Amino acid sequence: MTIKDISEILHAEVLCCEENITHEVHTACGSDMMSDVLAYVKNQSVLLTGLCNPQVVRTAEMMDIICIVFVRGKIPDEGMLELARERGIPLLSTKHRMFNACGLLYDKGLRGGDLK
Amino acid sequence: MSNSIKLTYQVSDDDFTRAGEASSNVKSKLKMMNVPPDAIRKVAISMYEGEINMVIHANGGTITVEISKDCITMVLADKGPGIKNIEQAMQAGFSTAPDNIRTLGFGAGMGLPNMKKYSDEMDIQTEIGVGTTVTMKVYIQ
Repeated sequence: MTIKDISEILHAEVLCCEENITHEVHTACGSDMMSDVLAYVKNQSVLLTGLCNPQVVRTAEMMDIICIVFVRGKIPDEGMLELARERGIPLLSTKHRMFNACGLLYDKGLRGGDLK
Repeated sequence: MSNSIKLTYQVSDDDFTRAGEASSNVKSKLKMMNVPPDAIRKVAISMYEGEINMVIHANGGTITVEISKDCITMVLADKGPGIKNIEQAMQAGFSTAPDNIRTLGFGAGMGLPNMKKYSDEMDIQTEIGVGTTVTMKVYIQ
């Protein structure tokens, strides 16, 4: 699916980098702990998180994650949007909670990737 | 890339929002130099973990990165409290990070183990009350 599909499935608002939402994504991960994202994520291209601080964008950048979805209606501040714009990473915000957001995407074919 | 390039970064002591700027800068430089993506990823993750550690535990410090044809060497030096027990610190899940760090998404005790995992070589020199120097190497295949 594409990032645009994710925004539609989750009724999520695209907050920046709309020019990149046609990019294809195959796997995703969901976590509020960036420590765990850095330790366990392999090639996932989407990060779903309820954590909302600049280190989320930096973690995504280091892990080559190309889209971040903020769950539970979290809205990143201007500083985070700026960081994301510089790196071309679309930030999305959905009102769904983590479990439902992951479930809805899984139901439509998005997967979590291989266990290491 | 016939000559090696040396980059130096000061990591500020208390500004968590800026942590990761040095790693981000190194990552984009390596990309421009056409370093293979696998090596870039290893450098980015191990250096970012180290940079976060410096902010959380050691009031910042200095990072030097040397990029040569076949190897990237990162030296992270701080004047922090030192590591009491390296063996314990290397265990996944062991953390001395304060609770407020966990609310920021870090402090799960994965930093040092992850730095070891993503670097090809890692050496830690530490002295209580004096500081810690972590040296990591990533080889370019």
